[in-house]
Amino acid sequence: MSEIVSKHTVSVLVDNEPGVLARVIGLISGRGYNIDSLTVAEVDAEKHISRITIVAPGTEQTVNKMISQLQRIVPVKRAANVTFEKQGIEREMALVKIVSTGEKRLESMRLSDVFRARVIDTTHDSFVFELNGSPRKIDAFIDLMKPLGLSEVSRTGVVAIARGTEKM
Amino acid sequence: MVNIQMTGAQMVLKAFEDHQVDTIFGYPGGAVLPIYDELAKERDTNQPIRHYLVRHEQGASHSAEGYARSSGKVGVMLVTSGPGVTNAVTGLTDAMMDSIPIVCISGQVPTHLIGTDAFQECDAVGITRPCTKHNWLVKDINDLSRILHEAFYVASSGRPGPVLVDIPKDIQFQTGTYIGPETVKHKSYRPKLKANIDQIDDALKLIADAEKPIFYTGGGVINSGNAAVQLLREFVRLTGFPITSTLQGLGAYPGDDSQFIGMLGMHGTYEANMAMNECDLMINIGARFDDRITGKIDEFSPNSKKIHIDIDPSSINKIVKVDVPLIGDVAHVLEDSIKLWKSKVYKINKSPLKEWWKTIDKWKEKDSLKYVSDKNIIKPQYAIQRLYELTKDKDVFVTTEVGQHQMWAAQYYKFNKPNRWITSGGLGTMGFGLPAAIGAQVAHPDKLVIDIAGEASILMCIQEMSTAIQHKLPVKIFIINNQYMGMVRQWQELLHDKRYSHSYTDALPDFVKLAEAYGAKGIRVQKPNELNKAINEMIEYDGPVIFDCVVEQNENVFPMIPSGKAHNEMLLGDETVKEEISDEGKVLV
Repeated sequence: MSEIVSKHTVSVLVDNEPGVLARVIGLISGRGYNIDSLTVAEVDAEKHISRITIVAPGTEQTVNKMISQLQRIVPVKRAANVTFEKQGIEREMALVKIVSTGEKRLESMRLSDVFRARVIDTTHDSFVFELNGSPRKIDAFIDLMKPLGLSEVSRTGVVAIARGTEKM
Repeated sequence: MVNIQMTGAQMVLKAFEDHQVDTIFGYPGGAVLPIYDELAKERDTNQPIRHYLVRHEQGASHSAEGYARSSGKVGVMLVTSGPGVTNAVTGLTDAMMDSIPIVCISGQVPTHLIGTDAFQECDAVGITRPCTKHNWLVKDINDLSRILHEAFYVASSGRPGPVLVDIPKDIQFQTGTYIGPETVKHKSYRPKLKANIDQIDDALKLIADAEKPIFYTGGGVINSGNAAVQLLREFVRLTGFPITSTLQGLGAYPGDDSQFIGMLGMHGTYEANMAMNECDLMINIGARFDDRITGKIDEFSPNSKKIHIDIDPSSINKIVKVDVPLIGDVAHVLEDSIKLWKSKVYKINKSPLKEWWKTIDKWKEKDSLKYVSDKNIIKPQYAIQRLYELTKDKDVFVTTEVGQHQMWAAQYYKFNKPNRWITSGGLGTMGFGLPAAIGAQVAHPDKLVIDIAGEASILMCIQEMSTAIQHKLPVKIFIINNQYMGMVRQWQELLHDKRYSHSYTDALPDFVKLAEAYGAKGIRVQKPNELNKAINEMIEYDGPVIFDCVVEQNENVFPMIPSGKAHNEMLLGDETVKEEISDEGKVLV
C-alpha cells in the first residue's frame, strides 16, 4: 500500500441522532487523525440520515484504518473513501470578500468572471463573491485575489459523491 | 404488545424483567434514588431482582464483566451520576477492549440542571463515548423504553460490548408509555452473521492445500457461544491441524488435548510461536492480531496465507492483511464450513501435515515452560501447577488480576471448557480479578471460583472483600506474593539495567489479618511442602479465603518475545537474556 501522505475525502452516512457528529469527530481525534475540512447535513429527511464529508490527510493505509474504525460506530451506516482520484466528484463553495478601489477593484471583477464567481454583495469599496468548484479552483481564486484586496474568506468545506451509477 | 403507563424508574425494572435480567451490580446515590426505591418496593415480590451492593463502582463494572463472561449473559450495573459514572469508566473500557456485553444504567442530574455544573453532575455520555460501544442520554420519558431495549440489543449482538444509558432524575420520576421489546428494532445496526459462501469455499481450498497449517483462535469463539466451541472442536479434529489460542480464547479448545500446542504471543509457548512464524496457512478464528500476539509486525508469519473469521468488519485488515476474510459469527461460519467441507469431500494434505507435526514436536522438545524448581522457596509456576492439579477435577472458574501471575496462570492452568477463564486482556486492568470473581460466583453459586492474584493488583480493588462477605460469596483469592509489581520489575530488569524504580512494595498488609478483618479466612504459605495441604484447606473452607502464597521474588515469565522482536526471537529463560533490546523496542509497551 502507498506510503504517500495525501488528502483523502471520506463520506460517512449516519443516523441523524444526538451526538452522532461528536462520535465521529471524537473517534477521529481520539485515534490521532487530523481533519482538514468537515461538512455535515441531513440528506434524507424521512429516514433521518445525514452525510458527513471529511477531508483528512494520511496514507492510504491510515485512511483505510480510519474508515474501519468509523464503521464500528453504531449509528454509522456506511463510510467510504470517495477521493477525487478514486472516481469521486468534489465541490466546495466559498464566500470571498475583496476590499479595494480603482484598477484593483476592476481586475478582481474581471477575474471573478473567468472563475464564474457571482457578486452577491457590493459597496463602493468592496465585493463579496460567491464561488463554486473544486477545492483547487477555490484555492487558485483566493491566491489571485490576495494582491487585489482580499479581506476575508469563508468556505463550506468539501462535499463529495461518486461518479456514474455507483451508490454509497 | 405491551403499552403500559409507568414511571421511568419502573420502566428500568420492567426492561430488566423483559430481558431476563435477574442480577445487577450497583451502588446507590442521589441521582438513582427513584430506581433504588423501585428495587425496595420490589423486594417482597416473587422474583425480586438480586442487587449486589459493591464497595466501589469499578467493582460493579468488573463484577458485571465476571458475571457476563462466566455465564454468556449480559452483565448489568447501576450507578449514580458524577463519581458513580467516572468510577465505572475503567470497567467499561475493560469491557470495550475485551468485547464483553455490559449494560450500565447511570443516574444523571435532572434535565433542567444539565450543563449548570450541578452537584454530582458530569457529562456521562461525553466521558463514556470512547469507552462504550454506544451510549444514550434519555431526554424524553417516552424514549426510555425504546432506548433500554436498544441498549440490550447493541450490547449483546455483533461484536459485544458495553453500553451506557444515562437517565436524568426527573425522567425517572415522570410517567410515560412503556413499549415492549418485541416491537423495538434498532434503526440501522444489523451485524452480519453469515459469511459469503464463495469465500468460505476459497478458505476451504486453502485448508485442503495447506502443508503447514495452524488454527489461531481467540475470544470471539467464546463470545459466539457454546455452539461455536463445539463446532471449533469438530473442525479442528476433522482436519488434524495444530491449534493455538490467544489469552482470551483459552478453554474454547481443551487445554490438555494433543492438537493444542499452547497459548501464543508474548508469553506463549515456543512451539506455538514458531508454528505461527513458519506456517503456510493461518486460520484466525475470532482473534484480532493484537500486538501481544504478533510481535514485530513486519516479520509476523511472513510466508503464510491468512484466513480471518471475525464478526467485526473493522478487524479485517486492520493490522495484518489477510487473503480470505470471512465476516460473520464464528458459529455460523464454522457450521457452513463443516457442511461445505463434507459435501465437497475435501481432503487434507496428509503427508506434509505429518512432517509439519514432526517439526512441531521437535519445537515441543524445548519444553519452553520448564523452570528450575526449588525445595525451600515456592516457585510461582509450581504454586499454580499445584493449584491446577488439586482443582482440575472440579468445574473451576478462574479470574486473574494483571501481571506475571496472570501469565503463569495462563501457562500452567489448563482449561477444557469455555467461560472458565476470565482475565483482563485488552486493557490489562489491575484490580479486575476480585470483583470479576465475585461476578462469576454470583452466576455460579455452587462452583469453585478462584482469583489468581498478585499482591499489588489485589490491593487495587480489595474493598470488594466486603461485598463477598455481605453476599456470602465464597471466592478464593490466591495471591502469588513476590512483593514486587512483578511484570514491571521484569521489564525493568530486562530493559532498564535492573533499576527497580518504585516497583517494590515496602509496606504490604498482613494478608492473613486483612482477611480476618473482613471476616474471611486467611492462609499463609512459605514452604513448597506446605502447599498441597493449604490449598486443600482453602478449597474446603466455606467462605471467602485470602491465600497468601509467598514466592520467589525474582522469577521472570518465560518464554518471552521482547518488545519489537519477531516470533522466532523468543527468550527462553534467564540464561538467554543477554542480547540488547533496541531503542525502538524499548518504546513499545
